[in-house]
Amino acid sequence: MLELRNISYSVTDEVTGKTTDIIRDVSLTINDRFVAITGPNGSGKSTLAKIIAGIITPTSGRILFCGQDITDMGISERANLGISYAFQQPVRFKGITVKDLISIAAGKDISVAQACAYLSEVGLCAKEYVNREVNGSLSGGELKRIEIAMINARNTPFAVFDEPEAGIDLWSFGSLITVFERMYEKNKGSILIITHQERILDIADTVIVLSEGRVTAMGSKEEILPDLFGTQRPCRVIVGGEG
Amino acid sequence: MAKTMDAIQKNLLSEIMDLEIVPEGAYNIRANGESAARHTTANIDIVTKTDKPGIDIIIKPGTKNERVDIPVLLTKTGLKDLVYNDFYIGEDADVLIVAGCGIHNAGDEETAHDGIHSFHVGKNAKLKYVEKHYGEGEGTGERVLNPTTEIEIDEGGYMEMESAQLGGVDSTVRVTRAKLADRATLVIGEKIMTHGKQTAITDFTVDLDGEDCGAHVVSRSVAKDESRQTFLSCINGNNLCSGHTECDAIIMDGARVDAIPKVAANHVQASLIHEAAIGKIAGEQLIKLMTLGLSEKQAEEQIINGFLR
Repeated sequence: MLELRNISYSVTDEVTGKTTDIIRDVSLTINDRFVAITGPNGSGKSTLAKIIAGIITPTSGRILFCGQDITDMGISERANLGISYAFQQPVRFKGITVKDLISIAAGKDISVAQACAYLSEVGLCAKEYVNREVNGSLSGGELKRIEIAMINARNTPFAVFDEPEAGIDLWSFGSLITVFERMYEKNKGSILIITHQERILDIADTVIVLSEGRVTAMGSKEEILPDLFGTQRPCRVIVGGEG
Repeated sequence: MAKTMDAIQKNLLSEIMDLEIVPEGAYNIRANGESAARHTTANIDIVTKTDKPGIDIIIKPGTKNERVDIPVLLTKTGLKDLVYNDFYIGEDADVLIVAGCGIHNAGDEETAHDGIHSFHVGKNAKLKYVEKHYGEGEGTGERVLNPTTEIEIDEGGYMEMESAQLGGVDSTVRVTRAKLADRATLVIGEKIMTHGKQTAITDFTVDLDGEDCGAHVVSRSVAKDESRQTFLSCINGNNLCSGHTECDAIIMDGARVDAIPKVAANHVQASLIHEAAIGKIAGEQLIKLMTLGLSEKQAEEQIINGFLR
């Protein structure tokens, strides 16, 4: 499905001239249903998602999608080939409604009933939202759900979600996971999720750990998760010392 | 009248009124400086002025759910049309007035329409006024529209004014003056798009004279290419009142936009707000729509259409 070959990305500070490596020689092949990327803040996870969506051009390396080299393709071209990208921080618009965005995502003018169906799937009371503007009057959590509804409406074989759990508080993680599972059932593609959430990592077929721009571990959740969470046991309170 | 209109006039009519045929209810169609068709109803009278060009539109007190259409069509190059229209909205009436001016200039001389509209909104009356301006034509002659709107709202009256000028007008100076009595309300929503070398000046002054009156003046505009826009707005709070003026503009290419909102509190209980924001389309908005499959140009159009909706 998606292959990253020796992807590197670095930025140079215009003032100091200092170069910082953000992504360092990352090679990955993503074919599984659910692939999760995790790692500490600043490890390059979001940058990698943007490189896949075409928003950031890598300094070196190639990207292949279904065997086709897409490295030099723009954002729209990749989107139309079947790559979807859910933003970590959804964008607000003036005058554009939820239905407008879902229609654009679906690639056709959809009915109110269809738009409502996508909203209901992400736990939003559709009638209240379908004609609302996607502006500052919506909360971060509401925008995140609309972002997921858009990806659902796109129905592409490949989707990247950048921390979909952020801001989704009242709505249970179980529902979020159900959305991903339904999405997979519908298009049988691959879903790449950037996440810090153990419960989302738990549904992954493959877990990739990124640290300082490098892949430091990759494998099944059974292989990766014990190491990942095993090192962060709860604090123990020791009273009176040993003996 | 529908049969006597040519294809160009019909097209102009559809652009400014969303109508291709003569509207229902009261109307007055002015074409090339002359009254071309008129219809009145039991509650709405339209009378030609005797001292200057123009008409008086008189709406009886208590008239409910009626509509008046007063389109102006200009298709002769070189014509400079000046018209005075006075609207008298009777007490407790609730009506819609739709005005518009369409210019088709196929020649090389300037074609201009200066419409001076005066509204007298009676006690507790409710008026929605929609005004749309549009220009087209393959000629090199300029298409010029200079509307002046004078508004007086009596006690408890309400007026909502929606104006749109979304293309084809080379030069416009839009002047709006309003005076509000006790408990009167004025809501103005203006939309302007300029391109090429067009210029648009829009100038609002609202006097909040009455106790507990209020006004919202909101302008959204898009300036493309080398066009220039100036937004002037002044709200004078002369009593216990609330006023809000806002200019929100998207600037593109080599366009220039000046926004000068002013609020003047002349009473200790006047509560006034002004806001102005000018900027290019946010990069993240374009990127978002492109990740949904739109090209950059399509994304830009979508953002502008939404903004000016």
